Amino acid sequence: MTTHEQHFHDPANVTNPEHAEHHIVTPVHYLMVFGALLLGTLLTVLAADQDFGIMNPVIALAIASTKAVIVILFFMHVKYQSNLIKMTVAAGFFTFLVLITMTLSDYISRAWGLW
Amino acid sequence: MPRETAVHEPHEHVFIPQHRHHFETEEQQREAGSFGMWLFLLTEIMFFGGLFFAYLLYRNWYYDAFVPASNFLSVTLGGTNTAILITSGFCMALAVWAAEVRKKQFLVIALILTTVFGLAFIGIKYVEWHDEWEHHHVPGAGFDISEFVSPNAHGITDQKAIPPDMAQHCQIFFFLYFAMTGMHALHMIIGIGLLVWLILRAQRGDFTAGYVAPIENFGLYWHFVDIVWLFLFPLLYLINRHPLK
Repeated sequence: MTTHEQHFHDPANVTNPEHAEHHIVTPVHYLMVFGALLLGTLLTVLAADQDFGIMNPVIALAIASTKAVIVILFFMHVKYQSNLIKMTVAAGFFTFLVLITMTLSDYISRAWGLW
Repeated sequence: MPRETAVHEPHEHVFIPQHRHHFETEEQQREAGSFGMWLFLLTEIMFFGGLFFAYLLYRNWYYDAFVPASNFLSVTLGGTNTAILITSGFCMALAVWAAEVRKKQFLVIALILTTVFGLAFIGIKYVEWHDEWEHHHVPGAGFDISEFVSPNAHGITDQKAIPPDMAQHCQIFFFLYFAMTGMHALHMIIGIGLLVWLILRAQRGDFTAGYVAPIENFGLYWHFVDIVWLFLFPLLYLINRHPLK
């Protein structure tokens, strides 16, 4: 196809509806994220030493979720990605929550030991 | 106007070797790559999610067995490992930056540090597993419930004794513990294998001439494995320190 030299289809002229400016996260930002994650780890260990009763697992999971969101947004660059990627990530966690909710509602609504 | 008949002024095209012909633009190629990687990671969420869910239900069911079994684990080792893993993730993030700004030497060093901290994590994990092996806490025929039935006889003063039938359910905790930390460690070992391959290619300069995708996508994988541990650590090691009365 040597005669087909001319590019009628010009990639430079294509507008990407999902266009997101390519963003390079700087080491300074990474360092701040790193510090926040270490702080979170220290916090969760200290919190586990205190007796908050039923709130202990809640606090631990809240700290872990915060750390996970920080990792996803900055280390995994989701904050700077297109809406398609953001939507994909959110949809994944949402589906997981739906599965947990449905299984748990089955579990807690059974008459355990009564049949 | 149909695109095929559009006439464009001739202008300069920038061709880069990594740009595949089935992608319109380099941006689209990059986006498709990230999208595919994230779809893979979503399947991983479901995979680990099932294990987390099993842990949630069984902890609810055999709470009295999960408390002393969980408290056998060392918070010091687990916490140290968390810090090590976060450091490894930080080095990986720096590696992605180095590839983007085309610093070859920095990239190679960052990848090597990522690997070293990853190996340190596996090393500490080995110490922990070995400890559990020594104490016969591996589920199966060799499982020993005596530490949970009579903790005082074993010098454990801060744990309540539990009846033998409940103590048998400590095996479920340890089964889930080995399954979850084991699958996590397997992911790390696979990651370390990939890191060695990436280091060799990085040294050749493959990723510091504009082609960052393998580094970036491996970074996503490595950070995902980090996230799994960020949940494993509190759930397995921490949340049972103050059992409900």
